[in-house]
Amino acid sequence: MSLNYIIAMMLFTLGIYCLLFKRNLMKMVIGLQVMTNGLHLFLISLGYREGGIAPILAGEMLERGAAAELAAAAVDPVPQALVLTSIVINVCTMALALSLAVYTYRHYGTLNPFRIRRLKG
Amino acid sequence: MNRIVALGMVLIVGALLVFTVNEYLLPFGTFPERRIGSFENESIGQRILRDAPETTGSANVVTSIVWDYRGYDTLGEATILFTAVCGVAMLFRVTRRRS
Amino acid sequence: MMAGMTVIVRTISRLLFPFLFLFGVYIVVHGHLTPGGGFQGGVALAAAVLMLLLAYGMEGAQAKVNALQAELAESLGGLILVWMGLMGIIVGLAFFKNVLPFGSLGQVLSAGSLPVFNFGVGIKVATGLLTIFYAMLRIGGGEE
Repeated sequence: MSLNYIIAMMLFTLGIYCLLFKRNLMKMVIGLQVMTNGLHLFLISLGYREGGIAPILAGEMLERGAAAELAAAAVDPVPQALVLTSIVINVCTMALALSLAVYTYRHYGTLNPFRIRRLKG
Repeated sequence: MNRIVALGMVLIVGALLVFTVNEYLLPFGTFPERRIGSFENESIGQRILRDAPETTGSANVVTSIVWDYRGYDTLGEATILFTAVCGVAMLFRVTRRRS
Repeated sequence: MMAGMTVIVRTISRLLFPFLFLFGVYIVVHGHLTPGGGFQGGVALAAAVLMLLLAYGMEGAQAKVNALQAELAESLGGLILVWMGLMGIIVGLAFFKNVLPFGSLGQVLSAGSLPVFNFGVGIKVATGLLTIFYAMLRIGGGEE
């Protein structure tokens, strides 16, 4: 059992616990971030190769012109590119979520999600 | 009482997730040899690693995936960034009160 | 509303700002040779101006990058991105195709239209994050 997958799934479970058991909007947002970090770690670990190098053609391999050696020794680049996109989308979502939390606090005076139920006209 | 049941369910889900990613269902570190079902062709990552430096002209394979093979997804991501900035600027708008 | 910090912090941040800015530009420009690219370099650029905002207060950051300039630059970055993508249709191939000349592998001026994409998205991300910070601190825009 490899350590990468276990830690990723434990981070995900910790995020779920934080979403269910905390009564503060800011702490729930932090729980969402922990869940997302666990998922990103899991996705990148899926494309690992034993003794692989980074998928960048640089240094000595570039001077030799051995582009075919990269295909035999590099790790999978596709999950890394998709996780890059996912990180930026995550930043935008969290920015909007935190702005909504600040706006809710200004309107209701509390950050407890069980008390934000009345409709104020 | 409710909290104990919820805590038990979270622990059950956590144990299920940790026991699913074992060495038999999901081996670690076997990128080119892993075949799903009866799929016998080359995986897409292997093919991109082979073709990217001549086809794209860039030495960084991840950047060539983000902008050349999957450029449309990155355009959608730039749109998401723009929408988030618009949303935050709208929520914190300052208006003059009429009083 | 937002006051600055002591003399030591202000001096050090004023001395460090050009180096941080240069490092962010380096990450954006060498996006097709080393790890990095538009998104990562844009965040480094925004962090450089944010350091000035923390050390000098609102007026110091406004002297470097205005709130109006930040909003305009974000739209400019998005326009560069879409215009480079439309260049593929104008030439006659697909949308978002690599149409500029390739050059030799490993130089800065290589990889066709990839450096232009990185530059556009770098500007967009940097000024977009700066607009978010300015809006949250109620700098510029609107009357109060």
